[in-house]
Amino acid sequence: MEHRPLISVEGLARRFGDASQPAVFEDIWFGVDKGEFCCLIGHSGCGKTTILNVLAGLDSPSEGAVIVDNREIDGPSLDRAVIFQGHALLPWLTVMGNISFAVSSRWPSWDRAKVQDHARRFIDLVGLKGAENKRPAQLSGGMKQRVGIARALSIQPKMLLMDEPFSALDALTRGMLQDEVLRICADTNQTVFMITHDVDEAILLADKIVLMTNGPGAKIAEIVVNTMPRNERHRNDLHKHPQYYAIRNHLVEFLVNRSRAFDQEIAEAGYDPRRLKLVKPGLAAVNPPAEVVPLRHSS
Amino acid sequence: MGNTGPKDMKASLGLRAGLLSLLIFVAIVGIWQIATMPTAGTGPAMDPEYAKLVGAAAATGSKSAMPTPADIGATIWHHLLDPFYIRGSNDKGIGIQLAYSLGRVLLGFGLAALVAVPLGFLIGMSPLVYRALDPFIQILKPVSPLAWMPLALYTIKDSAISSIFVIFICSVWPMLINTAFGVGSVRKEWLNVARTLEVGPFRTAFKVILPAAAPTIMTGMRISVGIAWLVIVAAEMLVGGTGIGYFVWNEWNNLSIANIVTAILLIGLVGLALDQGLAYLAKLVTYPE
Ligand SMILES: Nc1ncnc2c1ncn2[C@@H]1O[C@H](COP(=O)(O)OP(=O)(O)OP(=O)(O)O)[C@@H](O)[C@H]1O
Ligand SMILES: [Mg+2]
Repeated sequence: MEHRPLISVEGLARRFGDASQPAVFEDIWFGVDKGEFCCLIGHSGCGKTTILNVLAGLDSPSEGAVIVDNREIDGPSLDRAVIFQGHALLPWLTVMGNISFAVSSRWPSWDRAKVQDHARRFIDLVGLKGAENKRPAQLSGGMKQRVGIARALSIQPKMLLMDEPFSALDALTRGMLQDEVLRICADTNQTVFMITHDVDEAILLADKIVLMTNGPGAKIAEIVVNTMPRNERHRNDLHKHPQYYAIRNHLVEFLVNRSRAFDQEIAEAGYDPRRLKLVKPGLAAVNPPAEVVPLRHSS
Repeated sequence: MGNTGPKDMKASLGLRAGLLSLLIFVAIVGIWQIATMPTAGTGPAMDPEYAKLVGAAAATGSKSAMPTPADIGATIWHHLLDPFYIRGSNDKGIGIQLAYSLGRVLLGFGLAALVAVPLGFLIGMSPLVYRALDPFIQILKPVSPLAWMPLALYTIKDSAISSIFVIFICSVWPMLINTAFGVGSVRKEWLNVARTLEVGPFRTAFKVILPAAAPTIMTGMRISVGIAWLVIVAAEMLVGGTGIGYFVWNEWNNLSIANIVTAILLIGLVGLALDQGLAYLAKLVTYPE
């Protein structure tokens, strides 16, 4: 048997309504290895959140399955923490209450003091010390998002599923939170699946970037390997890295042109959804031609 | 001067509203006083039928049957001095009568809450149960609770319990509907949070759905208690015996308008207190989003 990644998405399709409706996406195959940081990029409405919901076990696919740890997902699990697109905090609870709720769900036998100690550690981790007793309505957007991150991390999951966790934030806050998440994930060797719209965010955070075409009937076009090593990715001088522009241009080119006309592209070049091309545009920049996969761009 | 902040504006608005209220009060009392001044000599000839109805005192015309504000003041003072006396089954203090009514309302309302909140929960959680019960609720909701009275008297054979039953019936609907609505419209993302944390159904119900729906449920309770307090007066007029409704009816038979007016004022005050009490509780469970 070939190597199976920690998360393996196999032949996923999702249709809303009856079978005559076009699928939002179909024949989706990809995997996320243990410890890997995987980003999914695609235009609004192509079905990214729907895929994440299936990974989370909140939604079930019309076809196909998601295998995690060699078992098919059949519902939500504490092993897979979700950071929602809206922060999804419970507004009647304080910051401490929101995180304690998660902690005591994870470890029901813990007493109150132990739950709160544990929760406090994660509140400190995301830099919210002093805001423990505030309600979500009293927090800024960035602070709410941090609470969501702390809540997800506090249950010490095996993997993190994040739905555009930073998109509602200003650049400065986003940068700070990205650094924090990167550090925490590296420290705990987290497996992460993250949805984003932001090309730079994907290059900074991801080891692997999954490109999704436009719906309906969206597909995974290809997988871009981020050949910039983690320790060479720094937010402030990302653009100075020799591979940066090659990767960035490739992603932008995909979002601007190819995501729309992908059907045309595969009609000419052929496409196997189960054996996606692994593209390494970054390497083309450092040691030209030869091993670069040729790409046909539709104009 | 001239640079008043929002706080000052509010204070002065409150003050002005208070002054206006006082003015309106004085005007009402003034008009009332003028309208009820004793007329010298014989008043206009009275319809004999009406004279028979209101009794001899008014028929003589020496004094209007309508009490003056001073009469009302005296009556209120008189009641306040000794609100809880009991002199025979037909002569009880106004405080006792109010307590009877309040007791029935709270009992009927409490029982209704015990039924409506869990049932509303069920209805809100299950589209199947919602669909199944909807026709019953839609038909029974608009029925005047007093229409249940004969049925209650016939089956229960006890006037006191029958009026509690009527209160129960009238308070059950708003609470049932609001609970079902509140539970049914809990934000999906909050439920998803509970699901991803593998929270069991009971803990989800108590820790997520109940607090999320609490403000809507409390609004239902506030409507219910208001309706119950409206209905109890009518119910007690119908079954008699005790209670503020019976008191009003009894005083009509005694033609003591002063007592009736006193009772009206007290009914209003108690209703206000009930409403404010529930508004306070609603505020405790409301969360800003
Ligand atoms: N419950 C639903 N019923 C019907 N259609 C749905 C439902 N949920 C999502 N869709 C449809 O599925 C498509 C994909 O939605 P999804 O939320 O996954 O998009 P997305 O890629 O996450 O978009 P965005 O980037 O804007 O968040 C949309 O066209 C949407 O209309
Ligand atoms: Mg989305």
